[in-house]
Parts: sequence; structure tokens; C-alpha cells
Amino acid sequence: MTDAAPAIAVRGLGCRFGEIRAVEDVSFEVSPGELFGLVGPDGAGKTTLLRMLAGVLRPDGGDAQLYGVSVVRDPEGVKHEIAYMPQRFGLYTDLTVMENLDFYADLYGVPQAERRARLERLFHFSNLAPFGDRLAGALSGGMKQKLALSCALIHLPKILLLDEPTFGVDPISRRDLWLIVHEMVEEGVTAVVSTAYLDEAERFDRVALLHGGRVLALDTPARLQRGLSGEVLVIEVEAPRAARDLLVDHPKVRRVTLFGDKLHVTVASVASDGPAIERVLRDAGLSVHRAHKAEASLEDVFIERLAG
Amino acid sequence: MNPGRVWEMVRKEFLQLFRDPRMWRVVFIAPVIQLLVFGYAVSTDIKETATFVVDHSGTRASRELVEAFTASGYFRVVGRSQRPADAVRALDREEALVGLVIPVDFAERLRDGRGAAVQLLLDGSQSNTATVAQGYAERIVQNFGVRHGGGAAPAVDLRERAWFNPSLASRNYNVPAVAGAIIFLVCLLLTALAVVREREIGTLEQLMVSPLTAAELIAGKTVPFAIIGLADVLLVTAAALFWFRVPLVGSLALLMFASLLFILSGLGIGLLISTVSKTQQEAFMTTFLVFMPTILLSGLMFPVSSMPELFQWLTLANPMRHYLEIVRGIFLKGAGVTAMWVQFLTLFALGAGVLGFAASRFRKQVG
Repeated sequence: MTDAAPAIAVRGLGCRFGEIRAVEDVSFEVSPGELFGLVGPDGAGKTTLLRMLAGVLRPDGGDAQLYGVSVVRDPEGVKHEIAYMPQRFGLYTDLTVMENLDFYADLYGVPQAERRARLERLFHFSNLAPFGDRLAGALSGGMKQKLALSCALIHLPKILLLDEPTFGVDPISRRDLWLIVHEMVEEGVTAVVSTAYLDEAERFDRVALLHGGRVLALDTPARLQRGLSGEVLVIEVEAPRAARDLLVDHPKVRRVTLFGDKLHVTVASVASDGPAIERVLRDAGLSVHRAHKAEASLEDVFIERLAG
Repeated sequence: MNPGRVWEMVRKEFLQLFRDPRMWRVVFIAPVIQLLVFGYAVSTDIKETATFVVDHSGTRASRELVEAFTASGYFRVVGRSQRPADAVRALDREEALVGLVIPVDFAERLRDGRGAAVQLLLDGSQSNTATVAQGYAERIVQNFGVRHGGGAAPAVDLRERAWFNPSLASRNYNVPAVAGAIIFLVCLLLTALAVVREREIGTLEQLMVSPLTAAELIAGKTVPFAIIGLADVLLVTAAALFWFRVPLVGSLALLMFASLLFILSGLGIGLLISTVSKTQQEAFMTTFLVFMPTILLSGLMFPVSSMPELFQWLTLANPMRHYLEIVRGIFLKGAGVTAMWVQFLTLFALGAGVLGFAASRFRKQVG
């Protein structure tokens, strides 16, 4: 995005487990202070990619440089500057919230003089202050994730690697988590976050769509959405499944997908093709409750890309 | 109670239990090992116990007495002398477990029917073996007396004197040894569990992402249990001294030093177990698998000298065997480093070796 050196530079990174190519020939760059998203279905390679960047997994092809330090040649070199929060962040459940935070602060050598201020800031965003003496094992899922993120941030890393941080977290805690991440990014921290929730993906600066270990698409959410070929018509109709089966072979329909009880129909133009589609349904005796054009969501884009 | 549901639970338990092939090892092989050990290796019988003979009489009668001892198979003459002091020295140096002193008038008194006295010296620090030896000796002497005497009074009178641990109190033998067993278990189990627990809950990976080095992690995981182990030694020693009134003839400081060397082995094996266990349950079972033979083949309950030769050689690699010799030596004999330097050296070599090996394995796994 700027001419400055990238915070993360990935070139031809690959990793395979036996026969399975978990990550294959992935290349991209992340600018300093960018909120970069990794999106993809289960098994797409998001976790493997993040683990290679964190220096936990050794790549068997390519390299990644974090602020110039190669994860292949010098995996120890980056440790002070990065924070990695795996999907299953292990907290010490038999230690209290404060004891966990103190432990990580000690591990990274955070000077005592600065701890109070940093903790206060983290507590401000995470609302963990009233639970300082509670055992980590007694926290709810959302609070555990917030504690995990706080532990990861206590040493003020320059790069944040988060693997599905909001997985299984209640909406309020999710909002709190994103508040923290956004705040960090605003201060110049580079964040690479993987998520399966596509509604979250729309808030990234740029998003990479991963599938089968490869990058299918990489762009800003807005451009990706615009890149969808065609427009989306959202139809609320009785018997949506029957309706879908009816429309699937229609010449004007590029794609029809069931989204809950609504149909997302991709056509060339809603204005010109919409009425024809509605007529098909009515002629079949299915009453259409509502039909309107919708902004292509990342989910629509994603499904289209996945289909090949 | 619905037997069908119970059966489903039973089936599920079996499925889960044996999904992990390592559980076969623990559930079936452990008892077999114990069976072999109990059947072949350990016994409370004595055989060919080293005996030092001081024969002042030098007559056919006295020679027959000595032959009666050796013919039984329970005693073996390892030295002869005319001086009782040599017998004592042999006991001191652990060259002999038993000393037989036959007085100069043995044959005459026997012939005259006045009753001959024979002195038996026993190494009381090996009280279990000594007691057994004493029993056999009495029987041998009694039979000899019946054959040669025939009078109402016992023909031969066995006077026993136990060197060290004069009352042959088994407690004095067992209590210090228990210290060894306790410390070993603590170091072994706690170290193994501490490492495996981190692996299980996922924090091990986080520690590796942090600036913490593998060496620092190993130190952090072993030092606390070394401290606890030493504290346990003090606790057991205090209990032994003040509650059980076991005499402590030797140096406490030396005991602590020996304990530290022994702890190295415990930590090392614990760390090694952690490198082969994925879950805490596995770590626990593997510890048990290691602990039982170690205890049985250490001389804690069954004397090493009674084991078949192969097993005696095997026990040389068992740090507990050497530690127990040192502990009993310090408690009951007041022995110092000069007397037991071989054990000290072996203990150090075993400890450093296993700890070093375990550490390098551990580093390879996390590095």
C-alpha cells in the first residue's frame, strides 16, 4: 500500500503433511499497520500458514520474512516481536487472570514499571478488571479468549498472528476482541487474522481467500465484492428448496444458493433479469414474498470462487 | 439396572482403553514383568553368603563344622585368618556378611560333652539378610551338635553378635531405604506430569513461541522437583530420627549430597518419560511401569546378593541400588565418601547420563 518495506513478505511458502499439501506456493505481502485477513473453509491451510509465520512449523518450501527476519533461517529471531494466538490458546486454568498475565509479562521481559499501564489499557478494552483474581479455568469462553489476547499483547508485539480468535465466542465478547485488535492496528501493529466468519472478513484492510492450500483471491473486501460477476437478487419465497431446484437450470441464472430460508440468485443484471425470474416462480405456483437486489457479500464472492 | 446399557458402557471403555496401543503395554506387560522379577530375580533366601572364618582350633572337628556350613550351600568361605580383627575388617569392608570364629578349645569341649561355643558375627546393616543367615547358621550348628554330641545339653552353642545395628532391627534397615523410594517417585512422577500437562493443555507450544529456550524450560521443570525431593529427604530423615529412633551414625550433609545426586536420576528419567508420553494418563502409567522394577531390583526389600547373577549385573544400572547402599551406610555404619566413593561416582554418572540424554531428546522434540 505504501513504498515502505513490508512487515511480512511471504514467497512461495509451502508445507505438506505426508501426501497432503496443506499450504502450497503461497505468496503475499502485508504492510506495516495493516489488518490482513485469511479466510477459507476448514482445511484450507489458514492454521498451517499462521504457524509457519509464527516460527512454530518449519516450511518445506519457500520463505517468509517478518521485518526482514527469515522464519526458515532464523526462527528464534522474531520471537520478541510477534504474538501468536493459536485457535486453542492454552491458558493456565489453575492460575488466576492476573497470574497468567504476570507470567507472560515475565516471559517476555516486560519491565515492572510499564506493567501497570499496559494492564490497565488491556483491561479497559477487555473488561477483565473485575476478574483479576478469578481462576482462568472459571472464565466463560469469551473471557478466556480476551485473556488469551491480553496475554499475547502484553509485550507489545509488532506483529499479531491470530488464528480464529472469535471462534465460539459470544457476540459481546467478539465485539470487545475486535475493539482491541482495531486499537492495536491503529497504533501501527500489523495483524494477520484468520476467520471462518465472513461477516468479520468485511472489516479487514485486505483479505486473502484460501482454499486447498492456495490463495484463490487477494484484495480489499470492497474490490472482491465488486469482482463478483453479476448482481445478486435476494428472494424470499415459499418452499425455497423447490424454488431453488426450479431456478438452477434457468439460462439467466448464473448461480442460485440457499442462504437459510432465502435464495441468493446471481444474475447478469437484477433490473433486466429479475422480473423474469420472479415470473418463473409465480408460474410454478410458488408465491414470492420479497425480492430485492443486495450488495454482493463476501460469502457470495467466496462461494463463486470456490466453485471454480 | 439395564444390563444392555451397562454392556454398552463396558464396550465403550474397552474401545477407548485399547485404542492407544501403549495401553496394551501397561495393562499386560507390567504384570508379566513383575511376575518374572518375583519369580526369578528376587528372593529372601540367601545363597553362598560370603563368610570369613577364624579357626583357632584347627582340628578335624572344626574343619567339619566349617564344611557343614559350606556344604549347605548357604555359606561360602571368602577368607581365613587366625586373627579375629581380620574378620571384623572383612565385615567392615563388606567383603563378608558373616564371620565365624571357632575357639581354640572347640574340639576338646565337644568331645568332653561340656558344650563348645562358636561365635557368629553378622553385618547388621544388612539386617534382612543377616537375620536369614542367622537362622540357617543356627540350624546348621544344631544339626552338627546332634551328630557329634548326643547329650541332653546342646553340644554347640552359637553366640551371635551383629556388627552395626546390634539389635538387627529391621526398621533401621527399612526406614532409611524408604527415603530413597519416596524421593524417586516424587521426582519421577511430578517431573513427567509437569511437562506432559503443558503439552496436553497446549501451553507448551506457547512457551516455545516465546523467547524461552528449551534449556530454560527444562531447568524450570526440574528444579522445583529437585527442591521438593530434598525437602522430602529432610522430612523422612527427621521422622526416622525422632519418631522411629533410627540411629544416624554418619553425616547428614553427606546424605543430602547423595540425595541430590540420586535426584538427578529421578529427574532425568521423569523427563525421559515425558518425551514418550502424550497424555498425563500415559505418563502416569509409564512411571508406574518404570517404578516397580526399579524398587524390586534395588535391594530395598530383597537383597541384591540373593539375586541371580544376571540380575545382579542389571542392578548396577539402577541408581536406587547405589543410593540405598549409601543411605544405609550413612545411617547405620557412619560410612563416608572414602568407603563408598564407587557408589557416589556411579550415582553421579547415572544421573548426569540419563538427564543429559533426556534433555537432548526433549530439545529435539520442541526445537
